[in-house]
Amino acid sequence: MHAVTIDGFAAATEPASIPAAATPGAAKTPPAAIRAAPRGQAARRALGPVLPALIGFALFVAIWHLATQNGSGLPGPAATWKEALRVFADPFYRNGPNDQGIGWNVLASLHRVAIGFGIAAAVGIPAGFLIGRFDFLAGMANPLIGLLRPVSPLAWLPIGLLVFKRADPAATWTIFICSIWPMILNTAQGVKRVPQDYLNVARVLNLSEWKIFTKILFPAVLPYLLTGVRLSIGTAWLVIVAAEMLTGGVGIGFWIWDEWNNLKVEHIIIAIFVIGIVGLTLEQVLVLAARRFTHDE
Amino acid sequence: MKRIVQIENVGMAFDTKKGRYTALAGINLGIDEGEFVTLIGHSGCGKSTLLNLIAGLTLPTAGVLLCDGREIGGPGPERAVVFQNHSLLPWLTCFDNVYLGVEQVFARKEGRPKLKRRTEAALALVGLQEAEAKFPKEISGGMKQRVGIARALAMEPKILLLDEPFGALDALTRAKLQDELMRIVAETGATTVMVTHDVDEAVLLSDRVVMLSNGPAATVGEILEVKLARPRERLALAQDPVHAECRAAILEFLYHKQLKHAA
Repeated sequence: MHAVTIDGFAAATEPASIPAAATPGAAKTPPAAIRAAPRGQAARRALGPVLPALIGFALFVAIWHLATQNGSGLPGPAATWKEALRVFADPFYRNGPNDQGIGWNVLASLHRVAIGFGIAAAVGIPAGFLIGRFDFLAGMANPLIGLLRPVSPLAWLPIGLLVFKRADPAATWTIFICSIWPMILNTAQGVKRVPQDYLNVARVLNLSEWKIFTKILFPAVLPYLLTGVRLSIGTAWLVIVAAEMLTGGVGIGFWIWDEWNNLKVEHIIIAIFVIGIVGLTLEQVLVLAARRFTHDE
Repeated sequence: MKRIVQIENVGMAFDTKKGRYTALAGINLGIDEGEFVTLIGHSGCGKSTLLNLIAGLTLPTAGVLLCDGREIGGPGPERAVVFQNHSLLPWLTCFDNVYLGVEQVFARKEGRPKLKRRTEAALALVGLQEAEAKFPKEISGGMKQRVGIARALAMEPKILLLDEPFGALDALTRAKLQDELMRIVAETGATTVMVTHDVDEAVLLSDRVVMLSNGPAATVGEILEVKLARPRERLALAQDPVHAECRAAILEFLYHKQLKHAA
């Protein structure tokens, strides 16, 4: 096993290990619970992950409620819920460029993430394959990546503003730069970890380079690649909020900043939940995809 | 008898952290067409290294290996390998795993239907027609190894190389696959070189047993001809004095002559 060689990468590649990522522990009922409940097993198993989650949420809401009792200005759960119903009653309204429904804002953010992330995938995944396959390229790229990867994506925003002269492509550029690293690193690592046995098979069968890529390299790397994609999307979604706060326009990050200026704190809390739900959904879709394409053996 | 493989004065050394390690030295061996040869020796003696040299997966640091009169300069489908851990591609069905090799060898001359028929025939030969649509993780270890054999045979190699193919299987499956392999080799007349550390397996299957001395610088210690008529019957052999002699000769080599060297 050749892990990526620079020390700083260890931290980045550790959470990328496939089995851990592909099997969320929450989905399994602990064996002790099964033994303790011989009757109504099916019902309990179905409730298994749901019940603790519900209790957790209830506790969270209760603490939130108590903490907002003494008039700190922070809205409690009831007030937020009331406001949420109003916001979601009409998520797609448009009163001019600076006053649009939350639906439009979320879509605008997703759109930016999609473009920035898409370009990053188009560049990063092939780059990862090359870096994984050729040690010389890895030697060239690894120190550079090691240097640039820890830089906060927001530090790239002014560069984007300077080059593109407009806020929107600058935000997209920021997404691009922050989501490219996990894809390069994980793809490269996946290529390095293709079992030698499979490559020996390729040599004995005398497969062409194209066949090696489509029948062996790509399927073997796909789970790693998808882990990279998942980490990238996660980072991109984290960064877009911050980037939009700085660039303005339409977007969930800008919306938060706007509502802060309007002192509509309920809306900020609603936005936090919306960001969380969208991020969780993106993550889960990719976890499912990774599980579909992970081949044991 | 036509000579298929000629190994002349072959040596193999590896560069390790502790310096140069000579695994094999002065190996001379000829293998005839249709012959079944096993390489036996203690683990680490370089049996698999020698097989990899014949396969062309590694190139020797001394001497030369010839296959059908030409120097072996790399791997190729005329020397098909069955790997110890089967090495099936987990994302392809059994059919597609075999088809991959068939396509590579015959696609230039033959159309798709013929390639499919070849693949089906190879799977039928190892008794796995039913499992062709299954993925490797859905079948047992013994079945995987059969697919590995089918993949190798489907390419119609000049020589079949088996690297401890049954090493990871339980005793019953192992015996069943040994019988299958004997039947297949009899049917196809394939020239076969097999690495093993199982004395009974070596005697049961081989025409000749090549015994390697312990490394470093392992070489051919003795060569034993197994003069047992074919087809061989596992149960009948247990009573056969020739069988007992062969067994004793190999055990003598492995546990008397070679163990002293190792100690």
